[in-house]
Amino acid sequence: MSERRRRLVITLVAVLVSGGVLAYLALGGIGENLVYYWSPSELNASGDQAIGASIRLGGLVEPGSIEREPDGLTLRFAVTDGEESVRVAAKTVPPAMFREGIGVVVEGTMRSDGWFETRRLMVKHDNEYAAPGKDEDLDIKELMKSMQFDESAT
Amino acid sequence: MKRLRWDAIIGLVGLLMLLVGSYIGLFAAPPERHMGEVQRLMYVHVPTAWISMLVLTAAFGFAIASMWTGRPKWDAVMTGATETGVVLGALLTVQGMIWAKPTWGVWWDWDVRLTTTLIMVLFFTGVLVLRSYVAEPERRATWSAVAVIVGYVDVPLVYFCVRWFRSLHQVQSSPETVASTMITPLRINAFAMLFLAIWFVARRSRLELARLRRESVALPPRRAPRGTAVPEAPQEG
Repeated sequence: MSERRRRLVITLVAVLVSGGVLAYLALGGIGENLVYYWSPSELNASGDQAIGASIRLGGLVEPGSIEREPDGLTLRFAVTDGEESVRVAAKTVPPAMFREGIGVVVEGTMRSDGWFETRRLMVKHDNEYAAPGKDEDLDIKELMKSMQFDESAT
Repeated sequence: MKRLRWDAIIGLVGLLMLLVGSYIGLFAAPPERHMGEVQRLMYVHVPTAWISMLVLTAAFGFAIASMWTGRPKWDAVMTGATETGVVLGALLTVQGMIWAKPTWGVWWDWDVRLTTTLIMVLFFTGVLVLRSYVAEPERRATWSAVAVIVGYVDVPLVYFCVRWFRSLHQVQSSPETVASTMITPLRINAFAMLFLAIWFVARRSRLELARLRRESVALPPRRAPRGTAVPEAPQEG
């Protein structure tokens, strides 16, 4: 094989490897096994199996559910996916973006008393950037899009 | 006075646009209704993201050209694009972390977007490291081009992963989801970053080509060109 021919074969193999990996990740349904966070429905469906395990839970902060303990240390709220919700007890200072209806990802464990306990509360912003004064409409279905529950096959 | 090269002119235009775009972004555009002032990071973060991926896509193209032709010119341009991509990718990661802390509440988390971006920066840094360890020019050109082609798979992954998988990072915005007053500075800075990147790639490629040429002069030719006298090797003893 000539030098040039050898190089072209190597190039072709490299491109095929690269394209193959990408196609596999795009079409191979790996999202079912690689889940960054569970939805409340998924967490509830797993029942007792989830108790004690280290889990990320994602969803929207249910409007009207935010409570602050008098001790000032614990923040209680519900995370919802529009169908089911999970009660969360967060022992952390929430970021300033934290509010009703915003997407959150919490990392922690499910307790046997039905509360999800977390010390790591992350706010998930959606892809909208608006100037101040634009009306805030709490359309839960619209807000839910930011949580990508549709895209990830479950 | 020495005349400016074409790429220097493009680069200076880019620098000027970056100043104009950033001024508009910092002083004329509104703060975001929930994020406030920190959202202004968008005007550098998003252009850095776009152009880092674009430059690495160019590196992928140059890698194929280098393999196709075997000419040092393409090897040099590929290296210039890879290095520029690494610098922009590193900046991108740092900007992202600075933006993440006040909005998400954390500096870092292992979500797909952040992880694939880190892989991108580390992999292409690895390509540059690989180059510095291979002394033989042709082998170095082949190995680094193959590494760029194979490793490029991560770049579209960085872009699409937020659509394919659940992540902490939001999906791409579009002109419909971004206030119109924010779009102008974003566009100006995107072109500014593109022009600056072209300048960096051109400068870095020229440097690399000069190095490759000096190297080929320093190394003894493998075969003497036809019709030239081959100097006798000095006899031992």
